[in-house]
Amino acid sequence: MIRLERRPAPSRFWSYMTPVLAVALTVVAGALLFWALGYPAGAALYQFFVTPVETGYMRAELLVKATPLVLIGVGLAIGFRAGVWNIGAEGQLLMGALGGGAVALAFWNEDVPGLIVLMMLAGAASGAAYAAIPALLKTRFNVNEILSSLMLTYVAGLIISIMIYGPLRDPQGYGFPQSRIFHPAATLSPILEGTRLHFGAVIALVAAGLAWLAMARSLFGFQVKVVGQAPQAARYAGFSQPRMVWIGMLLGGALAGLAGVIEVAGPVRQLNDSISPGYGFTAIIVAFLGRLHPVGVAIAGVVIAMSYIGGENAQIMVGMPLAVTGVFQGMLLFFLLGSDLLIRYRIRLRKPGVAARPAAEPVPAVAEPRVESA
Amino acid sequence: MHRTSCAAVAAAAIVVAGTAAAEPLKVGFVYNSPIGDSGWTYQHDQGRLAMEAALGDAVETVYVESVAENDAARVIRQLVESGCGLVFGTTFGFMNPMAEVAAAYPDVAFEHATGYITSDNMGVYHARAYEARYLSGMAAGAVSETGIAGFIASFPIPEVVRGINAFTLGMRAVNPEAEVRVIWLSSWYDPGKETEAAQALIAQGADVISQFTDSAAPTIAAQAAGVWSISVGSDRSSYGPDAHLTSVVYEWGGYYTEVAQQVIDGTWKSENVWGGIGRGMTDIAPLHPAVPEDVRAAIEAKRAAFADGSDHPFAGPVRDQSGAVRIEEGSVGDDAMLLGMDWYVEGVQGELPR
Repeated sequence: MIRLERRPAPSRFWSYMTPVLAVALTVVAGALLFWALGYPAGAALYQFFVTPVETGYMRAELLVKATPLVLIGVGLAIGFRAGVWNIGAEGQLLMGALGGGAVALAFWNEDVPGLIVLMMLAGAASGAAYAAIPALLKTRFNVNEILSSLMLTYVAGLIISIMIYGPLRDPQGYGFPQSRIFHPAATLSPILEGTRLHFGAVIALVAAGLAWLAMARSLFGFQVKVVGQAPQAARYAGFSQPRMVWIGMLLGGALAGLAGVIEVAGPVRQLNDSISPGYGFTAIIVAFLGRLHPVGVAIAGVVIAMSYIGGENAQIMVGMPLAVTGVFQGMLLFFLLGSDLLIRYRIRLRKPGVAARPAAEPVPAVAEPRVESA
Repeated sequence: MHRTSCAAVAAAAIVVAGTAAAEPLKVGFVYNSPIGDSGWTYQHDQGRLAMEAALGDAVETVYVESVAENDAARVIRQLVESGCGLVFGTTFGFMNPMAEVAAAYPDVAFEHATGYITSDNMGVYHARAYEARYLSGMAAGAVSETGIAGFIASFPIPEVVRGINAFTLGMRAVNPEAEVRVIWLSSWYDPGKETEAAQALIAQGADVISQFTDSAAPTIAAQAAGVWSISVGSDRSSYGPDAHLTSVVYEWGGYYTEVAQQVIDGTWKSENVWGGIGRGMTDIAPLHPAVPEDVRAAIEAKRAAFADGSDHPFAGPVRDQSGAVRIEEGSVGDDAMLLGMDWYVEGVQGELPR
């Protein structure tokens, strides 16, 4: 018999060990999967875990891929901590890309110094403004922000479509739905020769650092946590919940918008109908994988980016189809999130004979917390 | 699926040293969606397999599925770094990333489908699928009882408008009263929306459903409703054996084989190739037996004429919706006009979204 038993307090040991355990389990299960399907397990695992960090170019790519995930994930994590469920970061990212991109296109043939800064401000403002809609609906009419923010994502996609089929379409683009290529002054040029690594990665890192400071060392961070964990107590302490909804949504929207404008100013360099391969949704996983902690989110963003790049490499070098690399990525997530169970619960193995006499057992699940709180 | 083990490489090296035969050309393919079992990417993968079958040991292939456009530059570069001497990118959105990587690797040949940028080592290719579209329209005109066809369209770009127009011209060549109703989806692939669009068009009286979207859903919906379906990409008769009138098929195997052979021979030059039925890049799937013999013969005659260039789907006079002649009698729509097509021909209902 296997029984789960609640721990009196979350285990510090396991909160550091579960990621290690999860990776170990993924390696074992992945090796079995690859072996069963007839792929060389060692070579495949090498592609997933080593090649993404093997060369300078690949490490740079890892950061390029992680940048939007970390930026968005940090913003979402703060909101989630406060119990603000912004699921529409993808839409806020698109609106940020559009806002910043529109600024770039307004000066498409002019060398405007500092244009990139203006674009980023416009992008962050656009993302925040778009997130303000569900915030307003929530605080004014108590509309569930999960639904309104998610649905607005699809609206954002269509707004981008209208713009790139209409006013922002490249007049020299043979009618294809895309804008002009941005002027070099409106792009983030590589900060490492021969790679695509751009300044956005630095911004993401700074954002994660600032978020950590705010959450760990400020009254604001304390308020966020109290509102999220104990709304009643927060109200009693005079912390305004609607204010927290506004802050959570606007912050998440601004960072998603910033990620959007960085993506178009960096790797994409124009507006088109495929600015984001779902970064806004993947960032939700990143936020939870990072345990809603800014530093954790930064690490989780790199891990997820690694699994994507590893998946590509496995296709290229081992000839593994996408479906198999996708299953492997899924297993990694499953083990990472699933093993978190060990932080709050412990596994007890008991012989069937013992289990048959429950009356003889003490009831630690109730008793232990009392001891702890005493 | 190609795996190289050290032993195989060593063995190959010995063979090469012994016979002076060249190493196989490694050819990379970058796809924008999973291969699946029918449709756009499936056809490109069939082309890859046909090239392998034709050239045997002279080539070795590798592919990457579902590559997002932001990731394309890295994937293309990785393919080159892993030894590819020729890389095909099969969607419009790979154009800029491929041009970027191509500039960094002047000794590697790059081929991009459906775009317009070319350089010394980057060529462009696409199929003149509007030829097959016209033929499929003739079949539609022959079987439709209501004289109304429904068309499920993706995005209002010239390529799609051209497809709708060619289909309409073909349908009206058989039934001059025929009309075509269009629903725009703003998506290349969305089985749910495609099903709904098919049902809406059927409710409006359409008894033939044509499409410029990439799923089998319209064929399945047509089968369920007892009307005709004209698919695109692959032959999709297995999804609706009674409904599948024909399909507008892309064929890439011949082109891929030709390009790979040229790269091996050292004779490859970047080109802008826009090939039709004559070049073997597009065709219609086998017609449903319900298509009457006389129309079948007429379609075959048109097909032959398109192939040898003696006829053209946009042979004048072609009128637009207002009745104004856009292409004069005795002339045909030139490529510049076809590539920028932003108007409907007579017979298409509704307004083209802008």
